[in-house]
Amino acid sequence: MTTKTEYTLHPDIVSFIETCLQKEHSESYLMDILHKIQDKYGYLSEEHMYEVAQRLQVPASTVSGVSTFYHFFRLQPRGKYAISVCMGTACFVKGADKVLNAFQTELGIGLGETTKDGMFSLENTRCLGVCGLAPVVTINEQVYSRVTLQQVSELINRILNKDVEKTT
Amino acid sequence: MKTIQLTIDNLPISVPEKTTIMEAAQTIGIHIPRLCYHPDLSVEGACRICVVEVEGARTFQTSCSTEVQAGMNIRTNSPEIRQARRDLIELILDNHPRECQTCERDGQCELQNLAYSLGVRERLFEGKRKQFPIENSSLSVVRDSEKCILCHRCIRVCSEIQGVHNLSQMHRGVKNVVAPAFEAPLKDSVCINCGQCINVCPTAAFLEQRSTDEVWQALADPGKHVIAQIAPSIRAAIGEGFGLAPGTPATLQTVTALRRLGFDTVFDTNFGADLTVVEEAHEFIGRLEKNENLPLLTSCSPGWIKYLEHFFPELIPHASSCSSPMTMLSVLLKTYYAEIKSLDPKDIYVVGIMPCTAKKFEIQRPEHRTAGGLPYTDAVLTTRELIWMIKAYGIDFTKLSEEDFDSPLGFSSGAADIFGATGGVMEAALRTVVEKLTGESLKNLNFTQVRNAEGLKEASLKVAGKTLNVAVANGLTNARAILEKVKSGEKQYHLIELMACPGGCIGGGGQPYPPAGRHILDKEIHKLRAQALYTIDQKKQVRKSHDNPYIKELYEKYLSHPGSEKARHLLHTKYFPRNPRGVK
Ligand code: SF4
Ligand code: SF4
Ligand code: SF4
Ligand code: FES
Repeated sequence: MTTKTEYTLHPDIVSFIETCLQKEHSESYLMDILHKIQDKYGYLSEEHMYEVAQRLQVPASTVSGVSTFYHFFRLQPRGKYAISVCMGTACFVKGADKVLNAFQTELGIGLGETTKDGMFSLENTRCLGVCGLAPVVTINEQVYSRVTLQQVSELINRILNKDVEKTT
Repeated sequence: MKTIQLTIDNLPISVPEKTTIMEAAQTIGIHIPRLCYHPDLSVEGACRICVVEVEGARTFQTSCSTEVQAGMNIRTNSPEIRQARRDLIELILDNHPRECQTCERDGQCELQNLAYSLGVRERLFEGKRKQFPIENSSLSVVRDSEKCILCHRCIRVCSEIQGVHNLSQMHRGVKNVVAPAFEAPLKDSVCINCGQCINVCPTAAFLEQRSTDEVWQALADPGKHVIAQIAPSIRAAIGEGFGLAPGTPATLQTVTALRRLGFDTVFDTNFGADLTVVEEAHEFIGRLEKNENLPLLTSCSPGWIKYLEHFFPELIPHASSCSSPMTMLSVLLKTYYAEIKSLDPKDIYVVGIMPCTAKKFEIQRPEHRTAGGLPYTDAVLTTRELIWMIKAYGIDFTKLSEEDFDSPLGFSSGAADIFGATGGVMEAALRTVVEKLTGESLKNLNFTQVRNAEGLKEASLKVAGKTLNVAVANGLTNARAILEKVKSGEKQYHLIELMACPGGCIGGGGQPYPPAGRHILDKEIHKLRAQALYTIDQKKQVRKSHDNPYIKELYEKYLSHPGSEKARHLLHTKYFPRNPRGVK
């Protein structure tokens, strides 16, 4: 639980919250505010949500409840390597859900989560429009096609090895 | 108001419009089963246990949220309805631990009672259940999310009655759970430890931190001098745990029961209450003379004090610096009493019997420790915990004789008894303040204008040529309303009594669960408990705290005078702004 009293939200977002406060039912703009924060920072940190609660005078428990209810809110920063599994119909038919499961087991994280070392995060996307290559996985900008279950751990290891090379 | 005619279970009845089917059934003595409904909370309509059949309607209707309409023909107990309710309970049980025998709420659990009364006799499905760890971080409240049936009464009581808004639903589906913001442990949340979530929870998903083990252990230790002190509101409620009618006072039976349990000495928190009145009256008159930090806000209720620290830190200078009656008495036990009895404070074990879960937090505050770092109060038992211990020992409470409190810290004025009810601290303080200000003896001691506040009550009194504006608030949503007025300066108040729990301590988070057919926080039960205290007061010879001869003796022998340096050092305390800051 955050207890910081120094606030860090970007001035644009602060002024947006202030305009919301001028309106009737200002608390109903909570979702809009959270979207803006996610767009700016990539995820919703506790510090930012706590600040929203204070500025908008909406209970922090409500902000927290809303942020965990909707899947499109990320509560952790993306990993250095953001893995995204396509869940379009074609990919799904070709076993994308099993691929996703394999990533989850391999990395020990759930959907929308990031590994403790900050290396990998996992999410799913809607159809990427390259159905001929199903099932499709993207890692950062790189697209991987026809991913099999066996390839999952290979992929992860390859990235880890490369990362070590780069940083040493 | 329009009246509506309808039929329930073949009985024609008429009720005012806007009555719900559930309330209408109540008027003819039919108690429709319910889980998420509570009369003092907003209607959630989530559990569907309260369904009834309305002739002509395509589906069963939830009676807690459906208003009556003219000509409705309702059946509350058709075989189909009974089956539907049974199915719903079976579904809940499928996802519920099979632990009744080892559960704290065994025998007093609404879910268990419903399963029984609806005829659920087997568990059809033993699949995978939701899994959550026990959340044990708080000094007052324990959370077991596996026993939670997601009725959300706790969320509503915490927001609507207490204005704390500590709880909300997090996640959805199988991960759906009730928790504080960011799923923080309760100890790091804005929780004020009031225990009202425990009160309204139909299951054991919220419970008080149990202290019975350590108390049994102290009682069995021959090296310990174990002292009990009983809060005013205990005597008005404890009998309910043994089948006595609500409002049956049981002061001296409780003393006897405590001696049977093995307590060496039994004192009365009331003595601490008398002392609080004398110190607080002195503090108040001082502020009145200097016209500073008014209104004075009372400080007996530890839930309210933590609320102040999280939500209104800017008003901290207004709070009385008096420690609570319990803490004052505990301090005396480990100083004054230890000296007269030549006891080493280390060997004294003080147990507060309290209606309150926040007291378990209060005793651990670093401010309430001896110079050697020992807590002045070693353990707090709620009324429920004491009832359980008495039963566990095998004591037949209703057959107990009446024994007196020990001396000298067992004697109290009637002003102390009424501390347990909303308005009681105010009335007790006024009895002393008015006499001190006027220098005359009061003819009528009953300040009925501050009694029985249903949430909020204000009064103005003419005293020695001055007008004193006073207010009484119970339940923190009401406290907040009055504090906002203090902040805005809309009205000049002099003295405000605040208690965290609805009805005051008699409605505390550690009081007995209600008897079958009654609901928790029932205002009628609160009235009966309050009445018990006013009756005790009325019958006492000494009804003003400053007339308590043992209080006088204490000042003569030990403290010298109210507000003396020694009194300030021992009996007064400090408060601190807390994070996270609460949102009002
Ligand atoms: S909460 Fe009720 S139903 Fe659940 S284990 Fe405890 S007594 Fe049984
Ligand atoms: S103890 Fe009181 S403040 Fe804390 S969660 Fe329960 S109802 Fe809310
Ligand atoms: S903790 Fe109790 S009151 Fe709260 S939702 Fe769960 S079952 Fe209901
Ligand atoms: S009691 Fe009516 S829906 Fe829960």
